[in-house]
Amino acid sequence: MSYAGRFRVWRGDDAGGELVDFEVEVNEGEVVLDVLHRLQATQTPDLAIRWNCKAGKCGSCSAEINGRPRLLCMTRMSVFEPGEVVTVTPMRTFPVIRDLVTDVSYNYAKAREVTPFTPPPGLAPGEYRMSQADVGRSQEFRKCIECFLCQDTCHVVRDHEENKDAFAGPRFLMRVAELEMHPLDVADRVTAAQEQHGLGRCNITKCCTDVCPEGIKITDNALIPMKERVADRRYDPLVWLGRTITRRRG
Amino acid sequence: MAETELHEYDVLVIGAGGAGLRAAIEARERGLRTAIVCKSLFGKAHTVMAEGGCAASMGNVNENDSWQVHFRDTMRGGKFVNNWRMAELHAKEAPDRVWELETYGALFDRTPDGRISQRNFGGHTYPRLAHVGDRTGLELIRTMQQRIVALQQADHAELGDYEARLRVFAECTVTELLTDDDGAVAGAFGYWRESGRLVRFDAPAVVLATGGIGKSYQVTSNSWEYTGDGHALALRAGATLIDMEFVQFHPTGMVWPPSVKGILVTEGVRGDGGVLKNADGDRFMFGYVPDVFKGQYADTEDEADRWYLDQENNRRTPDLLPRDEVARAINTEVKEGRGSPHGGVYLDIASRMPAEEIKRRLPSMYHQFKELADVDITAEAMEVGPTCHYVMGGIEVDPDTGQSRVPGLFAAGECAGGMHGSNRLGGNSLSDLLVFGRRAGLGAASYVEGLERRPVVRDQDVEAAARMTLAPFDPHPGGTGENPYTLHAELQKAMNDLVGIIRTEAEMTEALERLDALRTRVRDVVVEGNRQYNPGWHLALDLRNMLMVGEAVASSALLRTESRGGHTREDHPGLDPEWRRRMLVTRCAGGPDDDPVVPRVVVEPAGREPMRQDLLALFDLAELEKYHTAAELTAYPEGASA
Repeated sequence: MSYAGRFRVWRGDDAGGELVDFEVEVNEGEVVLDVLHRLQATQTPDLAIRWNCKAGKCGSCSAEINGRPRLLCMTRMSVFEPGEVVTVTPMRTFPVIRDLVTDVSYNYAKAREVTPFTPPPGLAPGEYRMSQADVGRSQEFRKCIECFLCQDTCHVVRDHEENKDAFAGPRFLMRVAELEMHPLDVADRVTAAQEQHGLGRCNITKCCTDVCPEGIKITDNALIPMKERVADRRYDPLVWLGRTITRRRG
Repeated sequence: MAETELHEYDVLVIGAGGAGLRAAIEARERGLRTAIVCKSLFGKAHTVMAEGGCAASMGNVNENDSWQVHFRDTMRGGKFVNNWRMAELHAKEAPDRVWELETYGALFDRTPDGRISQRNFGGHTYPRLAHVGDRTGLELIRTMQQRIVALQQADHAELGDYEARLRVFAECTVTELLTDDDGAVAGAFGYWRESGRLVRFDAPAVVLATGGIGKSYQVTSNSWEYTGDGHALALRAGATLIDMEFVQFHPTGMVWPPSVKGILVTEGVRGDGGVLKNADGDRFMFGYVPDVFKGQYADTEDEADRWYLDQENNRRTPDLLPRDEVARAINTEVKEGRGSPHGGVYLDIASRMPAEEIKRRLPSMYHQFKELADVDITAEAMEVGPTCHYVMGGIEVDPDTGQSRVPGLFAAGECAGGMHGSNRLGGNSLSDLLVFGRRAGLGAASYVEGLERRPVVRDQDVEAAARMTLAPFDPHPGGTGENPYTLHAELQKAMNDLVGIIRTEAEMTEALERLDALRTRVRDVVVEGNRQYNPGWHLALDLRNMLMVGEAVASSALLRTESRGGHTREDHPGLDPEWRRRMLVTRCAGGPDDDPVVPRVVVEPAGREPMRQDLLALFDLAELEKYHTAAELTAYPEGASA
């Protein structure tokens, strides 16, 4: 059940690079990462790949396969025809370090901008009571393995470096939604979602949901409900009136 | 000498899994400047792969649970060679550590009355594992990662710098620990994986939290990071390892397709009702209840099935025996010709509950089999077999502070030894890393606060570490030019074939010969390319550690002439109470003719401290007699009973 697979892999660094063709053995049941590992062991020992668990749980081996953002460890070779050229390139939204490894520090910087979980004052450890139905909403978002494929595919920042400052990306807008839906959290992130994290730039094309390897409904369950909360706050005529009056008094 | 970046901290934590993050949180909360160094990106450590849950006797599901019951289960699971003080601290403190995570924002699954839900697991008397579906490890690591970010945000608000008191050095590998003239820890040396730049950390306290050794084996549930770095770093710095012969093979890893062989299938499948069957469709575990557990497990399938609904009046299913027992049973079934087509046995949950229920309780397992093996676990049985999962052995530490024999060197989590004895119970790993991660952070903080002067790094050590790190780029003339990937594959094969679940003297001896040959060849390892993100170079350096650890495991396994927990000797099949009192201690041989690349290790027996009387009294004398010599039990308190 083995065959000679045709691979085209981007090699290079921040100064530039090119697609390089390889012919490499492919066996039954393998995933793309297995084949890249065989390349490392037999032809290109210094091919840079970021990976860790090889079980779809850590979100390290994100790249683009035939132009589509995917985890290398969860893409089975059986989805390609044996003669088909499989093209593997680094995530396009982030600067290349080397070969398939990119600099994802943008994401870690955005994580630091979200107000953290804030428990109610005076609630002792062990006294937390929450119903499963209430925690379930945030739990869906906590399935996120931080592969950053949603960030990679989002057209607000893909090919738009200039938007990165003002836009947290789907992963961290979802983090905001997760905390806002936490049954016990007492902080307020609704205004910040719009003004600091750039929620308004999202025009709900669902590209993030499409590429999520965990199947999280990022757009429907996190981004749209957050947009609704923002709309309630900012555009409800009564709230608007109240806020305008308060502001005048201040 | 190559240019080296220098950083100074009070506490340096090596490893960013659960134990490392918990240690760092504690040290930072004590006001110390703390750094975390990790080989992967922040938030990717092997802890994310823990599935089933975190054991803590909160008693939310069955109020009969208590720290005493948890302690007893842990000692039984480890066949009474656990460090009893660690097992005691662990059982007592685990509930507080879990509740603390809720204050950081963790969202565990809930009971109907809104408390943290708890599930059944192998060897635990009551439902005890706090969990989030089958992705509990991810919840733990993300929660602590986010806690660290929150602490950095607080520092930013106060000092204008996120990294003023707590910094993560991600994708950075430590290759050597540095000590001062008196042998105390003074820092660490390493390199940035991304750029290959060398880096030195000066710190009076180092916490090792590097996890396990599974990448020395061919079939393993462990990620690439598990190369025994902490074990080897500690040895080279003068610390000792204990119990290295005890390696846990998880009974249920995937067996097909070959590329995913070894990937974990959570014990939660059995905890929630899944059963093991052989090719004949028999639930074979009923035939494998060992004498020491007789009477504690159901005799019939009917009773076992009733137990899931009524635990007061029925005994648990033998599918949930401790992991060592189940792994050996599967091994025997396959060997005797009753295995599945790909050399495993069947794990059936499809016939036990509705498809929707399976998807709700075990979403990751459903996803994993669907994506990687094209198997729908709601419609057909999984094929599973043993996989190298966890090392019970590790760095010898003081139970209360986590300090090793080297002043200023601490260890916590999987790389520390003693807590789990000869076999770890499922769920006791996540609780271990919370309890002892915190204690090591505290221990390191107190140690630093008590120092009169900071230890000074020796320049010649830094130079030697730099030379060793860059050696693979500069092979000596006339060398054989070894490929690191080839050496790694040979090492994994030797460990897998010869130091696996079932062991013999002849196999251990052969393993040691093969490791010795690899030791010579690793000196000639060469790498292509430059220092920038070069995986061949990274592997070449990790090989040093894997070889040292492999030698420690094989040498210890050769000496222990009995079978216990994660160490089964075909030529010495019984449990021997005389061996219960002895532990095997590994240290570097040292001496002038030592090999600087892969220092030789020696393994010697030492005595174990007898259990404190009040803890002994928690067990029935009849049970203790199965494990202890008569002389040891003369101290058993009169009239005591569990």
